[in-house]
Amino acid sequence: MSVAVLAYMSAAALGAGVVAARAVITVDGQPGFLWARLGVLALLLWVCDSLPPVLSSRQSAWSPSSPATLAAVVLLGPAGAVLVAIASLFSIRRGLQFGQRVFNASMCALSAYAAALTYLQLGGRVGIPVRVSFPSLIGPFAAAAAVHVLINYGLLWLMLRLIPNPATRPSRPSGQPGGLVLLASDFGYAALGLLIAALWHLGHGLFASVLVLVPLFVARWAMGQFAAQEHAYSATMAALCQAVETKDFYTRGHSERVSRGAAMLAGEVGMRPRRVEAIRFAGMLHDVGKLGVPTTVLQKEGPLTEEEFAAIQLHPMRGLEIIREIGFLDEALKGIYHHHERIDGLGYPMGLAGDEIPEFARVIAVADAFDAMTSNRSYRGARSIPDAISDLRKWSGTQFDPALVESFIAALEREGWPEPAAGALPAADTQELAALDHDDPTAPLRVRDLR
Amino acid sequence: MSGRRSPVHSWRQNPDSGGLLLIAAGVLLLLGAGARTAAIGVVRPHAALAFGAGIAVGEMLRLRLPAGREVAPIASAGALAYALLLSVGNTPADQSALQVIAVTAVAMVIGVLPHLAAGRPAGLVDMASRLIAVAVVAMIFRPEIVRELRGSQWWVALAVMAGLLVLWWWTQCLIRALARAGSLRARFGVALRDEMRVQLPLGVAVAATAVLVDFAAQSMGLAALAVFIAPLLATQLAFRRYAGIRATYLQTVRALARVTEVGGYVEHGHADRVGELAVAVGRELGMRESDLVDLEYAALMHDIGQLSLAEPIPGGATVLVSPVNQRRIAELGAGVIEQTGVLDRVAEIVRRQDQPWRGGAEPPLGSRVIRAANAYDDMVGASADTTRALAALERLRLDTATEYDPAVVEALSKVTARRRMSRR
Repeated sequence: MSVAVLAYMSAAALGAGVVAARAVITVDGQPGFLWARLGVLALLLWVCDSLPPVLSSRQSAWSPSSPATLAAVVLLGPAGAVLVAIASLFSIRRGLQFGQRVFNASMCALSAYAAALTYLQLGGRVGIPVRVSFPSLIGPFAAAAAVHVLINYGLLWLMLRLIPNPATRPSRPSGQPGGLVLLASDFGYAALGLLIAALWHLGHGLFASVLVLVPLFVARWAMGQFAAQEHAYSATMAALCQAVETKDFYTRGHSERVSRGAAMLAGEVGMRPRRVEAIRFAGMLHDVGKLGVPTTVLQKEGPLTEEEFAAIQLHPMRGLEIIREIGFLDEALKGIYHHHERIDGLGYPMGLAGDEIPEFARVIAVADAFDAMTSNRSYRGARSIPDAISDLRKWSGTQFDPALVESFIAALEREGWPEPAAGALPAADTQELAALDHDDPTAPLRVRDLR
Repeated sequence: MSGRRSPVHSWRQNPDSGGLLLIAAGVLLLLGAGARTAAIGVVRPHAALAFGAGIAVGEMLRLRLPAGREVAPIASAGALAYALLLSVGNTPADQSALQVIAVTAVAMVIGVLPHLAAGRPAGLVDMASRLIAVAVVAMIFRPEIVRELRGSQWWVALAVMAGLLVLWWWTQCLIRALARAGSLRARFGVALRDEMRVQLPLGVAVAATAVLVDFAAQSMGLAALAVFIAPLLATQLAFRRYAGIRATYLQTVRALARVTEVGGYVEHGHADRVGELAVAVGRELGMRESDLVDLEYAALMHDIGQLSLAEPIPGGATVLVSPVNQRRIAELGAGVIEQTGVLDRVAEIVRRQDQPWRGGAEPPLGSRVIRAANAYDDMVGASADTTRALAALERLRLDTATEYDPAVVEALSKVTARRRMSRR
């Protein structure tokens, strides 16, 4: 854990400690029914928080505890809300470290406190709402809910910024909602807090608490299903890509590494998460079209005939044919189609030059070539990373986009590059060895001069 | 999202006779209840307007679940809450059952207009089934029971509502299962069980929301309606993401299964055709939906093992390939699928696709279906020639002693006969 993370966590814990201490002093000596109210709400929060978290690809757990704290804002005011929020300290979750636990509870307490202050500032009345208080109560409550959600996200976002980005993230096509949509849906669940407050008079809050849990459980179920499907999806993709690669032992793992490299570079040049996901996907599938190239051509040693070279040049087109029907960004398709274009216009299939080449294709080209150079080939051993870097620089401006090359090298120095698995040689009957790698800039394919 | 829809997911655009019956019933409800309400005037117009708006919004925001089910959780919850409404603030809600039906129907029609404007199908069958299920609840609840419940303890009201909501859920499942059994040619019992399994989570969320709104309306007034839409909207979003990834998943598997075609290992369109045929046969045999999904994945990927072979097998048709090679393709394919770590059942189906149904442990039903569907497609292909199809079926029948499961071949011949009929 870095110093920055530690400092940030202690600051949050300190802040939460101060508001909690003040809360304890305020509520000391309150009548018993308030304590009962607090107990029910704390129990509700504890149940919500103890649900096994749904891990999405965002690497953060979603837990639906906001209704309980927001109901406490209305029913008990700032002190009560903070005390209810502290209950998340005791939630049952496996694998949650003490530090995380404290940070979660601090986050909860601070956002509850801010929400309660907002509610009071805007003239919200504390206590069980009565009929006449209703329309006028909705405004302050909505503001409090917004503050709650925003502060919660803000604190979490800062934390995620401080922790280095996990390198292995599942690949999937883009089109998934980003943070804004999650923010909006959290705001939606927060509305349940008002329902709890409004129904508190029935059965001392038990009725409302239990009934509110039902939609929360259902939502969690759906999110769990989504996460499971997403995981299954990326696992299936990886397996199928690997199956495609079995055609050629030496390119094993190539797709996976290009996918990771392209995503790393895309992140480095500041693409939005949605586009990074799309490029991850495109990198994974960029060579699928190689299946359409006759094996004899892929295996051939020495120069190729015009026809054979044309067959190789067709593989981006074949790839496009296969994946066109998968519903994802046009940009990813273009990236696959043009990943062998060169900045000087001498690439294929279209011979585009400079900025005419789609950005996705320029990104994939760099990652693709770099992985080809640093992997073993039947005709040469793997080149070292420094050698490959200097080669990238050498062809920067002719084959590669210079700006992207520099960004790629910068990202590489920070995050490193996975060692290609050496592995045993393949069984002779099921695999083949490619003689020349069409991706390899150190050994460009040569066309035999027929004249 | 582009591409064809999967056989599991297809929901005919043109309703069949059962669907038409449902639509007719829905229209009758709309006209009858609408005329009556118009004649005697709308009682408590504010509430009618508020709930109508909620239902219309819900109909606009409807949601397509996996397997082509269209649901509108917000519209259903709004309509149910209106049907079961006790009072708004201090004012008793004394709208008649017919008014509930009229408001719901009119709001649904308004809510569907944007869909029509955007060129999307109206989904009349699903709309009609939603309306009918709500109508049943409203007719039972109003006016007698609601009068009894006013002034009773809250838990009595809650129990009665819960009972009616179970009835609503069950009616809805029953109607939908009837409609699906008719249009997809699934068995009714299987369709009903599938429906109940799929509709349970959202049904529970809708029912709980309706109860919350009705109780909250007693203290909050109509504002309760606005507040309740927010959480249900968020829940719906979660379901939408789930349905979206399921669809993308299937598209991807289908697209990647075609790499065998591009590589010249199998005939063009083979994987797609076997997938479609296998699902139709599986449904004819009464397989349930979750098994059909596995079957479809397995059928799409049944030749993926060919990729690991050094050279394409000439012609690619696995029925003509030596048993040794069939075994290897099945084994290698299962190995690839097992790599995913999540599709073990699919891998098992693929692994045992080459086994004869007799003379050894009986392979899973999915494997037997794929074996027959694959052999049929190898012999018939994309051809629409009746003689060729009949000859292929004859050959499969002759091999039912050991090779092909007679029940599967029978189902296959029914399915293909139906196709020839509809093509004519």
